[in-house]
Amino acid sequence: MKLRIEVEKIMGDFSLQVSANVSGERIGIFGESGSGKSTLIHLISGMLQPDKGEIFLDDICLFNGSKGISLAPEKRRIALVFQQAMLFPHFSVKANLLYGYNRCSAKNKRIRPEALIDILKLQPVMQRGVKNLSGGEKQRVALGRAVLANPRLLIMDEPLAALDDSLRFQIIPYLKSVSEEFSIPYLFISHSLTEMQLMTDRVLVVNQGRLVEETTPEQLARKRMAQSQNGYLNLLRLSDPMDQNGLYAYRWGKNTLLISDGKVHKESLFELSSREIILFKKHPEAISARNLLVCTVTEMFNSEGRIGVVLSIQGQHLVAEIVRPAADELNITTGSTLFAAIKASSFRRLA
Amino acid sequence: MKTLTPEDITAIGLSLKVAITATTLALPFGFAVAWLMVFKTFRGKVVLEVLINLPLTLPPVVIGYFLLLLLGKNGWLGQLLSASGIPIIFTWKAAVIASAVVGFPLLVRSIRLGMESIDQQLIQASRSLGASWHDSLVTIVLPLSLRGILSGSSLMFARSLGEFGATIIVAGNIPGITQTIPLAIYDYASSPSSTAMALSLCLVSVVISVVVLFLHEMLGKQFDRSKGL
Repeated sequence: MKLRIEVEKIMGDFSLQVSANVSGERIGIFGESGSGKSTLIHLISGMLQPDKGEIFLDDICLFNGSKGISLAPEKRRIALVFQQAMLFPHFSVKANLLYGYNRCSAKNKRIRPEALIDILKLQPVMQRGVKNLSGGEKQRVALGRAVLANPRLLIMDEPLAALDDSLRFQIIPYLKSVSEEFSIPYLFISHSLTEMQLMTDRVLVVNQGRLVEETTPEQLARKRMAQSQNGYLNLLRLSDPMDQNGLYAYRWGKNTLLISDGKVHKESLFELSSREIILFKKHPEAISARNLLVCTVTEMFNSEGRIGVVLSIQGQHLVAEIVRPAADELNITTGSTLFAAIKASSFRRLA
Repeated sequence: MKTLTPEDITAIGLSLKVAITATTLALPFGFAVAWLMVFKTFRGKVVLEVLINLPLTLPPVVIGYFLLLLLGKNGWLGQLLSASGIPIIFTWKAAVIASAVVGFPLLVRSIRLGMESIDQQLIQASRSLGASWHDSLVTIVLPLSLRGILSGSSLMFARSLGEFGATIIVAGNIPGITQTIPLAIYDYASSPSSTAMALSLCLVSVVISVVVLFLHEMLGKQFDRSKGL
């Protein structure tokens, strides 16, 4: 997907002026509340008209102010998934799912509803009304409804923000797998760095109605390490937990991590703050932390005075955060060998 | 209380006919105006808003008088209709027009309330899924406004049944032709010997109103159930 956008829009006191040329299948738009993310997607989807400028999706002109071109929203084939699922309350789950599908031309009906219903595990709720669905079910129906319309682009506007943490990370695999399975590129809007890291390859950062940066989610997370409440959040996919003296030994590539989380799933996603990792130059004696890993420094970066240390641990990577005096005192440089201590209780389960 | 005379029964029939016709005729216009007011931004919206609500604040007699000027022999619309062989003034059609004008703001207000409660994102979702604006209007806005449409129609119907001031000016009070229930009660009330007859018609009015309100509640609940609310 190639998106070229150069627009201006003034709405009362707020002005949006964005110029971007991005390509990729999984693009993120990151920004705080009120930064202009929603306005931007309304302009792209045709719900709002720019004052001037142009918008191209692949080679299709969606809007060109000077030529007086403005494709109607229904002709753009850009499907929206909102924070609140926005299911049609007077329709059943099935009627919601087929709303866009039934409006597709024959050649655009390329996605079999049955296949999608299987992937989203919606079979048991197909005949039900939408009122009594759980938050996760509602969001899966909203996603299915959008995908069945076979859009050129799927725009997901904070689709996980209304869900609690455990549900949020259960939905993410659905969002990704559906997009991949049916080759539908998406724009993912969020103010969560973790969601950006899990869902996107490129990120447009919007602030006060301006596009301030185009970067990768990894670079964005590193840059914001110092100012984020929890530092850089390492995301670890762990597997095969084994009970070990009241803790759980999870496999992390070739490593083993001891974690106090009691829930046992074969595959788990954990979050670990860069501030929860303590670095030692020498092997420490008698420490309470249950995980001590030998690691090599592969990279160091600066985030507003804090130092991010990228550690390689038998093919896996972690980012630890230290202050400048600690880096100087320990004389940490790229290539240094260190010991990283992590408490078993420092890992937070996401899914 | 006495039994109803044939004139009373005609007045009841005429009242129902006028109220049903006025409500039915006003409904599509009321829906269109409510839609314009809720979903569209245009120049002169405030003026339209004032014009729609004017009958709520004007005395019905004033409205009747304006209608008389418009539809009377010398009114431009009256002349036009007269030339086309459609007499309006002092016919039951005039009573319909009077009721429609007086009840219109109530109809629009209720439909508007229904439409304003629809989340804009539902409409945006439907548009993004390939529905044109009129498709979205029919499949999303209309069904989700049904509660408002029902309330507005009931209110307007009830208001039409009670319409007096504008009706007496443009339709007169001709028994068997333009005399509706309120006009008949007015006739009875002006003669002390007809109190019982007036009371009988009042009772009929109350019964009709109760039935309308009861139906309104029943249908409202049914809509809510069908929407899963």
